[in-house]
Amino acid sequence: MRKHVNYIVLLVLIIIFPFLIKDNYTLTIGIFAGINSLVAMGLSLLMGYAGQVSLGQAGFYGIGAYVSAILALKFGVPVVLSAIVAALVSAFAAVLLAIPALKLKGHYLAVATLGFGEIIYIILNELGPGGPSGFGDIPQVSFMGYKMTGQISYFYLIWGIVFILIIFSYNIINSRIGRAMRAIHDTETGSSAMGVDVSALKIKIFILSAVYASIAGSFYAHYITFISPTTFSLFHSVLILTMVVIGGASNLFGAVVGAIIITVLPEALRKFEELDVLVYGLILTFSLLFIRKGIVPTLLQRLKKKGMANA
Amino acid sequence: MKGKGRSFWKYLVVGLAIAILAKVSFAKEPYKIGAIFAVTGAASFLGEPEKNTAILIMEQINKAGGINGHPLEIIIEDSKSQEADAVLAAKKLLEKDKVLAIVGPSTTGESMALVPIMNNAKTPLISCAAGYGITNPVSERYWIFKTPQHDLSAVQAIYNHMKKKGIKKVGIITISTGFGDAGRKALLDEAPKWGIEIVADERYGPKDSDMTTQLTKIKTSGAQAVINWSVGPGQVVVTKNWHDLKLGIPLYQSHGWGSKKNIELAGKAAEGVIAPLGRLVVWDKLPDNHPQKALLKKYETDYKERFKSEPGTFGGHAYDAIMMVVEALKKVGPDKSKIRDYIEKNIKNWPGTGGIFNMSEHDHCGLDMNAFEMVVVKNGDWEILKD
Amino acid sequence: MFTVLLQFILSGITVGAIYALVGLGFNIIYNATSIINLAQGEFVVMGGLIMWFFSQSLQLPFFTSIILTILLVGLIGLMMERLTINPLKNADLLLMIMITVAVSIVLRGILMFKFGKDPYSYPPFTEGEPIVILGAVIQQQVLWVLGITLTCIGLIFLFFNKTMLGKAMSACAVNPTAAKLVGINVSRMIMLSFILSAILGAIGGIAITPISLMEYDKGPSLAVKGFCAAIMGGLGNGMGAVVGGFIIGILESLTAGYIHSGFKDAVALVILLGILFFKPAGLFGSKATLSVRKF
Repeated sequence: MRKHVNYIVLLVLIIIFPFLIKDNYTLTIGIFAGINSLVAMGLSLLMGYAGQVSLGQAGFYGIGAYVSAILALKFGVPVVLSAIVAALVSAFAAVLLAIPALKLKGHYLAVATLGFGEIIYIILNELGPGGPSGFGDIPQVSFMGYKMTGQISYFYLIWGIVFILIIFSYNIINSRIGRAMRAIHDTETGSSAMGVDVSALKIKIFILSAVYASIAGSFYAHYITFISPTTFSLFHSVLILTMVVIGGASNLFGAVVGAIIITVLPEALRKFEELDVLVYGLILTFSLLFIRKGIVPTLLQRLKKKGMANA
Repeated sequence: MKGKGRSFWKYLVVGLAIAILAKVSFAKEPYKIGAIFAVTGAASFLGEPEKNTAILIMEQINKAGGINGHPLEIIIEDSKSQEADAVLAAKKLLEKDKVLAIVGPSTTGESMALVPIMNNAKTPLISCAAGYGITNPVSERYWIFKTPQHDLSAVQAIYNHMKKKGIKKVGIITISTGFGDAGRKALLDEAPKWGIEIVADERYGPKDSDMTTQLTKIKTSGAQAVINWSVGPGQVVVTKNWHDLKLGIPLYQSHGWGSKKNIELAGKAAEGVIAPLGRLVVWDKLPDNHPQKALLKKYETDYKERFKSEPGTFGGHAYDAIMMVVEALKKVGPDKSKIRDYIEKNIKNWPGTGGIFNMSEHDHCGLDMNAFEMVVVKNGDWEILKD
Repeated sequence: MFTVLLQFILSGITVGAIYALVGLGFNIIYNATSIINLAQGEFVVMGGLIMWFFSQSLQLPFFTSIILTILLVGLIGLMMERLTINPLKNADLLLMIMITVAVSIVLRGILMFKFGKDPYSYPPFTEGEPIVILGAVIQQQVLWVLGITLTCIGLIFLFFNKTMLGKAMSACAVNPTAAKLVGINVSRMIMLSFILSAILGAIGGIAITPISLMEYDKGPSLAVKGFCAAIMGGLGNGMGAVVGGFIIGILESLTAGYIHSGFKDAVALVILLGILFFKPAGLFGSKATLSVRKF
């Protein structure tokens, strides 16, 4: 029941936001927050529920953007279809990487995913259309001949996807697979002794996280209409990781809250000009020091305590 | 840490004081221009001097009474060298600050990402990036202008010099960023027209420490000269490696070479390096009647005095872009569409730091290869090549 | 043809030496805490830039500058540990690694503020023409970097294997609780490991700046390469990091020479991944240690 309340609150927030915010600039920040939320949710599933770290999410984000953009621009594939094909390509790449990589542990896994992300980046840089300069004139999103141009429609589209995928993810988490997933996080040996096929599960989650990042990348490409490799470098993977850790890896809503905070923060810090990097770093340091479990889990804990005290 | 905090508050107080004074001394509404520069991130070598230049011009103009009595307000935003951030910055400037025109961004990718936004917002953009596609095709770039010379013009200047020297086989080495890539494409496209064959095409990353492998490969390819296209530390490392390997063939650099700092860092290895440079770095060697000389001298001296560093060619791009908008504001007032028309129709024979501009409805850049001088490093200083 | 190959290898050794020296720095903190300090690259950058400040800007003598630089960067390492790592006692390892990312952002911000965005350099330790070996050339400074790297490995080896302090330090990572039980001051060991790592980073920065120049934002790329070197050799293994560094450097150079320079980093990474898939604990790491440690 509590969960349904969460969904409804989120849905209402999504629907009323564009009515409260009239200007395009804030709406655009909202759209970017949605894009980042999607990538962060994928990573959160991987980290919070399967106990695996990835520093290669930007690679899948890049595959989603490039494959979809190239298909739509050079081959005239309808935009939604191109994003689906891109997601399949990402899923395939995720399988190729996951089979050997998920045998690795801790730092070694981090480096393997980091290496994957860097390889994708180099491929985009060397072989992508336009090379390091990138390319533009990417078609915008269109449904059955109707071309989406308004900011509000993009806002609803990305947050609609986020909303649906949150419900989808929670269904997985609460299913039999999900319970097994949490078992992986707790102890791997234990869960395999219980008859859980740990490695197949890990691969499934890894694919899911890649697909989320890929969808976000496709959306980004068709929204901005210009892409270049720099957007998909290691820095973006680290940024996504930061979102998940700040928001709280043990909760999907944490990824969304983290993504919103990390997207809005640099915009809020614009008035600091040159000092913004420093202030940003300090805020990050302090929030990691003082909100160790992440914002959402910490808040939930507080609420629970309060609820008990009131009762 | 404490000292830094205190100086921040000091700046804030001084800033507020200036703002209040400005409100008092200027009766009229300020003219607002937006500026988007890559102040941080990979292209900060561009954004830093551009930002400083904007501050310099704003201070000078407001000290002299503003534009027809209106103070000039340039709102500078950092694009962090990323397209997405440039888009956010542009939307902020257009929607929140309601600027009359935007100057920048610093890189070609960021500028390209802004083209649809500016066309939608019907607001002029004067880009500080060199890519040919920013202003071409002009029919689809109604609101877009740019001040840097096309990369192509720098390439033509180099090939023109090579042709005179009888160099036919060339090895190129470029940095794997947007800047190097744009140069590489122009080098490859333009070579056949000058009877030049590219015998080696090498690359390196922006943070690489050693390029002797690539240079050795160029040497074995039978090249008669090597062209390096990059900015930042890479061009110094290439110069040092070229010197160490004693390649025995001349080294040409791109127009990004135009900073004394590079000569300092490369030391005696820089001797003999040739590059096409805008006249800003060699203004003191120009004849007195040169139409750009007075302007270049003033800009460079003022900048050095204010910021204790060199503006370089890149700061000059911002200077030209802002001055075009300022002149238009002076003549036609705060009307976006009239500002655009003024820049297209009236910037003719207009001396800027980058060259003599001639804008038209067919050309939103207005410069050609004559904007460059071929310059060689000699005894730790620049020297204009006469032949 | 042989000269060309030799030149490629010498070029590979040049960059490999840089990666090795940076990679070494990761191992000390890892050996004491299992943390990967992602601000290690910033220690290297600070080494180069602060050395420039003392030796060029203040014109202090060479050795004085080196000692001051090492002390200052060591102090920053100490502050980093006391202010950010120490308060997080017993927290999730990932959180500690993230906080090193946050610290690296703060350090970059400070460096940008103090030094601006220009690259810096100073003359090599010994002036003079590069050394010619059978027609191929190598900078004198590279020999300095090699010498310093080897000396550092020797000292680290002696420290961790022959001194009580070193043995106590490595006990902390493997099992902090047991270490505490036998009377080791774990907190102080971790602090010491950060100081040592910072110093090692500073030495690296001082040595490589004349070759590669140094600017405020070079840290992440140096850290990534050094990290890959350390991983390839097997985390925690000093000699492993050095061998890993040279393998990556030489691979990059040979790829640039014989395949294409645009793909040099990619080929090196593919081979790194290949090695990890067959030897999940790196070239010199043992699976046994891997299973004892969580990270």
